Amino acid sequence: MRIDCVVNGVFRRADDVWAGESLLHVLRERLGLPGAKNACEQGECGSCTVYLDGEPVCACLVPAGQARGRDVVTVEGLGDGDELHPVQRAFVAAGAVQCGFCTPGLVVAVHDLLARTPSPADGEIREALAGNLCRCTGYEKILTAVRLAAGREHES
Amino acid sequence: MDFLQPESWAEALAVRAAYPEALPVAGGTDVMVELNFARRRPPALLDLGRVAELADWGGEDGLLRLGAGVPYRRIVTELAGRVPGLAMAARTVGSPQIRNRGTVGGNLGSASPAGDALPPLLATGALVELASVRGVRRVPVAGFCTGPKRSVLAPDELIAAVLLPAERGPEQFAKIGTRNAMVIAVCSFALALRPADRTVGTGIGSAAPTPVRAVAAEELLAAELPWASRAELPDPLVRRFGELVAAAASPIDDVRGTAAYRRHALGVLAGRAVRRAWTEHRREGGAG
Repeated sequence: MRIDCVVNGVFRRADDVWAGESLLHVLRERLGLPGAKNACEQGECGSCTVYLDGEPVCACLVPAGQARGRDVVTVEGLGDGDELHPVQRAFVAAGAVQCGFCTPGLVVAVHDLLARTPSPADGEIREALAGNLCRCTGYEKILTAVRLAAGREHES
Repeated sequence: MDFLQPESWAEALAVRAAYPEALPVAGGTDVMVELNFARRRPPALLDLGRVAELADWGGEDGLLRLGAGVPYRRIVTELAGRVPGLAMAARTVGSPQIRNRGTVGGNLGSASPAGDALPPLLATGALVELASVRGVRRVPVAGFCTGPKRSVLAPDELIAAVLLPAERGPEQFAKIGTRNAMVIAVCSFALALRPADRTVGTGIGSAAPTPVRAVAAEELLAAELPWASRAELPDPLVRRFGELVAAAASPIDDVRGTAAYRRHALGVLAGRAVRRAWTEHRREGGAG
């Protein structure tokens, strides 16, 4: 089947998509957007988090056909050209990345959190990121990055 | 595999009648796991995501009608005051990403004994509205699930909505898992007190082939709670309630926990739930 949708502000088309295929597979394998990562394929790890019509979702659990005519934003769409988004810069500055596999999903989840709650308390950060697993960092540097992006760097 | 994408409820029912083997999908949080791991290969997916009629809630004949496609996030943000027990359960589902997509209709469709929405629906005596081109019927949630992942849903039917009674009262939900997020319940418990008619509802999750009520425990509380005086809960009553809730379950040993642990935990959850609900009842009456 054919999937037409808007990804990162640009009209995109994918043909010959299998009906049981996930949005994640379409993004990575058909549209050349490997930012969202394919890890658990069951919504446990959050590595594939993207925006679908403005809401963060696990792209691995969205049937691709449901994205027809919808608006998708991936981690590739957060920055401005070569300029990283402030959330991405905060992850770099805080050293919140080790292997990096969870990072794109976390960046999208943090981007959403700060859009809704510009100055989240630590409890709110932990709640918002409960669906994003990191097996390297122990999360402390990620919390530091979120505080930094939220302008709470003096507390880090 | 075909991808069927009706744009209206009438069209969805017609498609369902024409393709009874198509697998309905709403938020995809259960269905896509099955597809990603090649556990299921249905001949078609029936996408309900574009059916506007499923995506709303409202009042109807003194009932709250919750469309089958309303995601958990909206239950938490929009309905915590009206259906507190269901909202508490919705709050424990998965993660923000999962709550943005998962629905009560999907929880019923999957008919897992671990479905988080099912105990509070049992406790409040909710009805499930099923529809087909043949017509509409409403079945009590207590009679909806017939076994693990089995229900009374006919091959040509779709889940339209759940209907929750408008009676209000303190409600609680608690669940056991290894962490607060991303947990399939080891066991769960929901409680609804209805002070106006002095009745009690319960729902047990993940501790029997289907979600079940603890009827004897409900009858005990309804008869013994000091409704009028709003006096403090007697400890023996709390203990006996926990015992009867545990006795109502028929758990098994599995990867998430043992039967013995589940029984013990249910007794603890039931005691906590009734203490919390009773504290709320006393507070509302100006006592405590």
